[in-house]
Amino acid sequence: MNTTFQAGPRGDRIRSDCQVFYTPGTTTLDIKVTCKAQVLFGASVDGIVRETLQKLNITSGTVEVQDFGALPWVIMAQVETAVKRAHPDLEVDALPEFKEHARYTSSRERFRRSRLYLPGNQPKLFLNAGIHKPDGVILDLEDSVPPAEKDGARLIVRNALRALDFFGAERMVRINQGELGFKDLEAIVPQNVHCLLLPKIETADQVRAIDARIAEIQQREQISEPVFLMPILESGLGILNALEIAQASPNTVALAIGLEDYTADIGTQRTLDGKESFFARSMLVNAARAARIQPIDTVFSDVNDEAGLRASVQEAKELGFDGKGCIHPRQIRVIHEAFAPAEAEIEKAKRIVLAADTAAEMGLGVVSLGSKMIDPPVVKRAERTIHLAVESGLLAEDWKADEGQGA
Amino acid sequence: MSKKVEFVKNAAGRRVPTMVNGKEQVPFKGVGKHRPSGNKAAPPIASCIDYPADGNKVVESLREALEKVGLKSGMTVSSHHHFRNGDLVMNQVFDAAADMGMQDLMWFPSAAFPCHEPLIKHLDSGVIHHIEGSLNGPLGGYASEGKMKGLAVLRSHGGRWQAIQDGEVHIDVAIIAAPTADALGNCTGDRGPSACGLLGFGLADSIYADKVIVVTDNLVPFPCYPWQIQGQNVDAVVVLDKVGEPEKIVSGTTQLTRSPDRLYIAELTAEFVRAAGIMKDGFSFQAGAGGTSLAFAIYLKEMMKAAGVKARFIRGGSTKYLVEMLEEGLTDYILDGQTFDLEGVRSMRENPGHINTSPFTSYNWHGKGNFASIVDAVVLGATEVDVNFNANVVTHSDGQMLHGIGGWQNCLTSKCTILPIPAFRDRIPVIVDEVTTIVGPGELVDVIVTERGIAINPRREDLLAATADSGLPIRPIEELKAEIDDLIGGVPAKPVFTDEPIGVVKWVDGTVIDTIFRVKS
Repeated sequence: MNTTFQAGPRGDRIRSDCQVFYTPGTTTLDIKVTCKAQVLFGASVDGIVRETLQKLNITSGTVEVQDFGALPWVIMAQVETAVKRAHPDLEVDALPEFKEHARYTSSRERFRRSRLYLPGNQPKLFLNAGIHKPDGVILDLEDSVPPAEKDGARLIVRNALRALDFFGAERMVRINQGELGFKDLEAIVPQNVHCLLLPKIETADQVRAIDARIAEIQQREQISEPVFLMPILESGLGILNALEIAQASPNTVALAIGLEDYTADIGTQRTLDGKESFFARSMLVNAARAARIQPIDTVFSDVNDEAGLRASVQEAKELGFDGKGCIHPRQIRVIHEAFAPAEAEIEKAKRIVLAADTAAEMGLGVVSLGSKMIDPPVVKRAERTIHLAVESGLLAEDWKADEGQGA
Repeated sequence: MSKKVEFVKNAAGRRVPTMVNGKEQVPFKGVGKHRPSGNKAAPPIASCIDYPADGNKVVESLREALEKVGLKSGMTVSSHHHFRNGDLVMNQVFDAAADMGMQDLMWFPSAAFPCHEPLIKHLDSGVIHHIEGSLNGPLGGYASEGKMKGLAVLRSHGGRWQAIQDGEVHIDVAIIAAPTADALGNCTGDRGPSACGLLGFGLADSIYADKVIVVTDNLVPFPCYPWQIQGQNVDAVVVLDKVGEPEKIVSGTTQLTRSPDRLYIAELTAEFVRAAGIMKDGFSFQAGAGGTSLAFAIYLKEMMKAAGVKARFIRGGSTKYLVEMLEEGLTDYILDGQTFDLEGVRSMRENPGHINTSPFTSYNWHGKGNFASIVDAVVLGATEVDVNFNANVVTHSDGQMLHGIGGWQNCLTSKCTILPIPAFRDRIPVIVDEVTTIVGPGELVDVIVTERGIAINPRREDLLAATADSGLPIRPIEELKAEIDDLIGGVPAKPVFTDEPIGVVKWVDGTVIDTIFRVKS
């Protein structure tokens, strides 16, 4: 009975996190808290630990906490992780308050130009992620989390979704594959997650299975907001099944590509000019467009190469992609700038949108610009360009006022 | 040891002692309220009779020099901190003083660093009675625990000059560590193996001290020209093998922050300076060597280039980033108070537009004007700011005294004082109800820039108006505080203090603005 179960990061440069050591016992409950800022937070951490244990019905044993400035919901997650490592069958959870700022919604059509990956076991990186204004934050439970930390990361991400303000970014979680992924769903789906990234998808059935499990959880928890899906294709098979995968669920809003695994799968390596992945990326763009969802490109992993990132986004845009992954907040602005429409694109889109307005005012079924007829998809595309221009700060929201509306 | 101390409440509402280290104190009266009287202090008249006609004042050792100038127990020994954490001189000076059997010396450095930790043994044994100067690192911890016999007196760089010239602190023996010197005592910081750029923090010491000892490891034939300190003020010259560790004096390259949050704060700060209309032809600014300040300068530089704007002058601490701006023609001058990296040292030596300044010209409040109030915008750090914009740089929220003031207080008189600071560090909020120690009165702090928004002091209606339509995230300070308090799970507990002072903070005019009490253990 003297085994000690540990949760939290190891090493000696820990910040905004804590370590928990739990030894189950049978008689008394002993709690020992040491804080880096003992004077300021000693009593607070002690209180959080007690409350968490109470929620988990733990009334005996020894709990030692070494705190390095962890926020309350992080302390709660680490205590719960240590306890559940000792008692894997424990059914209760210790949930932090669901904050009002964590309740905003997303939409199918929203921009997904940038999505910022945050390793699920590093809460310190979550705290200010939203202030850098990515279109989406991805709390990652998959590849950035080592196997032994999957359970802890799941609780940290669950708590973060309830407690943290991501300032309007789409709240995304990348779940694990297979059974582990289903466990992730149980913890994550009830937390107003907007979009789930599904790794290494190869068949439509995999998407449907996940979608069905989400529906079950939503029904049980009486959740009406949709949970969007973004399957990530990372293999030859996945690419060849791209269209089916894209069409597998009405909740799917985007298809993403993961090139590290894809290139390994087809027996090659990533190169700078990327001709080895041209087919896959083009295939994915076509499949996504055919299914009327967004094609999203892979991450650019050299944080210090701003010029390289800009060129890479430009290339992705030319191939037809709507978004790019990023692993550092500094990449966000570059991505947004590179995806922003060019001046000529904006001018053309303005003319088309104004022509469509005129046609609507006059009750015409057909939009024409000069002597040319404009098809509805082109109008829609122009509207999106305008929206993107406004979002990118290149066009005033009330631009029509300056254009002599209807002229 | 017990200290029977009487307190009064000063104009900042703080309890301050009426006596400090045996000297009567003037409590802070408010910004611009204290007007001094009388004449400046002065050293005794010297005569060439007492100095070698051939100009050779070199003696064999530190001890010999100390004996020659007549060091006695109870005296005040001063030093400058241009060698920062690479100083090899002051530990040897006090070792020599201990060998001579000295007791109860007062050390009066412009700042102490972690490299001075060995002096704790001399504090314990009574060779040093107490230290008056910025205490960084272990000596700050020592004083925080109440172990020092006298009170730590924290002064700004300008306040140190003021205290010396006004006679509040009488220096018996000044030690001037010098990277290059001649036998007469002319010396400079811009050359030599321990080059540190300049020696401005030792200038008042050289002028006002009774006795002055220059210590160098690079003795050159007379004249050491250009000189920064004049040999005519110097009593003795000591040559050591090595006076400093160059890599700890200046860094090879100054580190830019890589933190995305800090970079964002720096960029917001630069955008604020532009949006407020401060960034215009002929303007001036000051930014220190902290990571965020450096990044601010880089963002501002890009904005200046884009707008075709040139500054008249930039105030250092200089770094290679400021040097680049000078060399690219983005400013006419760098007015430098201390040099932080090798590029700064090189530029100081080579570029006539890179000007050597002292706390007298830059910061001294008891002079006929100074540079600080001419600067259009200054960017500074802080450990805490309260909702009334009072700011703290010397203590942490747990009451520990860990930092010196530097030029911080002096810079507050600029036309726009901006504090770019993270809204919280780990779980510790930076915006609080009431700062642990008031170092800067709120009426002089104009803008707080955090990653969660910009708070403008309501007194600065002009800045509020100028930036109202800027699109910048300008928010009331109370709102920022509420957001952070919610994030961190409520306001942290406060330390409980004893009634035993461990230090006082001087305002730029020599009055006492706050007291640092020992934390109850």
